[in-house]
Amino acid sequence: MSAFDITTALDDSAVKRLEAAIAPDWRSRALRWAYGLGFTAVMIYAAYVSEVLSPKIFIGLPKLGDALWLMLQPSGFNYLPEFLWALCETIAMAFLGTLLGAIVALFLAIFCARTTFPLAAFRFGFRRFADGMRTFDHLIWALVFVRAIGLGPLAGILAIALVDAGTLAKLYSEAIDNSDPKPVEGVRASGGSWLDGLRIGLLPQVLPNILSSTLYMWESNTRSATILGIVGAGGIGYQLADRLRVYEFGQASLMIIMIIAAVYLIDMLSGWLRRMLIGRTSR
Amino acid sequence: MAVMNSGITILIQPETRAEALAVFDKTSQAHAQSNFRKTSLGIIAFAAAVALAAHVSQFDLMRLITGLPRIGDFLSGMVPRLTADNLWADLVYWYWGLDKWLYLLWTTLMMALFGAVAGTTLGAIFSLFAARNLGAPRWSVFFVKRMLEIARTVPDLVFALVFLFAFGLGPLAGVLAISLHTLGAQGKLFAEVNENVDMRPLEGVRACGGSWLDEMTVGLLPQVLPNYISYTFWRFEINVRSATIIGFVGAGGIGMELYEAISLSYFDDAGAILLLVFITVMLIDIASEALRTKISNVRAVT
Repeated sequence: MSAFDITTALDDSAVKRLEAAIAPDWRSRALRWAYGLGFTAVMIYAAYVSEVLSPKIFIGLPKLGDALWLMLQPSGFNYLPEFLWALCETIAMAFLGTLLGAIVALFLAIFCARTTFPLAAFRFGFRRFADGMRTFDHLIWALVFVRAIGLGPLAGILAIALVDAGTLAKLYSEAIDNSDPKPVEGVRASGGSWLDGLRIGLLPQVLPNILSSTLYMWESNTRSATILGIVGAGGIGYQLADRLRVYEFGQASLMIIMIIAAVYLIDMLSGWLRRMLIGRTSR
Repeated sequence: MAVMNSGITILIQPETRAEALAVFDKTSQAHAQSNFRKTSLGIIAFAAAVALAAHVSQFDLMRLITGLPRIGDFLSGMVPRLTADNLWADLVYWYWGLDKWLYLLWTTLMMALFGAVAGTTLGAIFSLFAARNLGAPRWSVFFVKRMLEIARTVPDLVFALVFLFAFGLGPLAGVLAISLHTLGAQGKLFAEVNENVDMRPLEGVRACGGSWLDEMTVGLLPQVLPNYISYTFWRFEINVRSATIIGFVGAGGIGMELYEAISLSYFDDAGAILLLVFITVMLIDIASEALRTKISNVRAVT
């Protein structure tokens, strides 16, 4: 029943007729119920499988309270220089990773776009290659690289670059596919080479889009890079995971505050760069 | 006459053709110079940033070059040895742990699903108090928005490590971490959706004597529901990926097996699990995107 008090304005029979007229028929009502019940059943099952419906949750809640209480009191300020350096490492990893990824993506995108690479079969292959790179999370690649080339930020940089190359190749190639082919044809028609066509005909069209995606990935990578240290790939994540594993919640909380501040700063910087480079045509 | 054009002032009134040309030359030269100055300043700043970043992260090209073959070895180690005349047996041998892996993958999916739905539902509720136009007081908008931002900025693995302390090893810690991260991300997104709705239906409900709750359920919800549902599907796709790796710290799902396989150099197992994950993620993406575009035409950012 709706909560509107229309009964004062209409008599009982009129209300009944009105409700009968706008009520859904039994079929759509049954369907709605079936959907609702099915959805609820699936959710209960999912909750059961992921142990949300288990006594563990009641046993753990007081401990969670303890942890949160400790996290409200940031501590370990004497480690601040160490933490700051690790944070700088994280930011540097995200920056270099995005840069490397963008460079690779720029070449890959040319082979993934319809307008610049006409061989459909190869293009399909290049696209799946890019898909393969970005399907797995940074952390999986970081773990692989840590195993292959050792602990340290280099593994993290490579992991970010790899995922970025895949993601940005997709975004860049979409930008290229959405561009107008006429300027390129014009350059070719007046005697320009294939490269001239890309440089003079295509690049000015897609550059704002490319810069915007890259800046977006930079922001996103700064967030991702904060945890790569959990598997040993450099940055503040290493210290953070380390402190959390020995239940030093106060120090962890200090690092989390620093991470949040750094992410804010990078977002602001990226926004400023976006306005500087692209003007108001940003996303 | 003074023509102001991006900081360049021209103080001559062109009379003749030659004079006009001279003015043009001067202006274009000034433009070129200022462009050149800006561009070179940008390049220098950029190069300095790259150099600084390379220094801070101890970027070593030699180490990268010497490491590349080992990465190649590692990746090629993941490709199984399959022979044509004994393909089935080879596959069975490669996927010796299929039952266990499929079960863990299923758990991963259920974690992602629960996290997406629970996080989105709570996020939708919180978003009502983080939107400026729905009657929430100013302090609530500010406070809830900051909370949501923290929940989405802190990586879910960090939440998982905190929850592991409270709830022990297993999917519970992971699913709570994913839900919390989803709550933050969806709450912020939905608050923006809420701020862009048409206010007239809500005013209409209020004019008819409806309560605040009526305003939300009858006036707001029908407007935003397609958007919400579409974002839920999109979030499910993202959560499948996060649920895969949340097991790296022991918080349930396939991640724990994957972590073991990679860090103990069981190349075959790592390859087998990664292939399973790849196929699952692909299928989920395709199905979810089809449903998503069917329900509404919101195009999400990757």
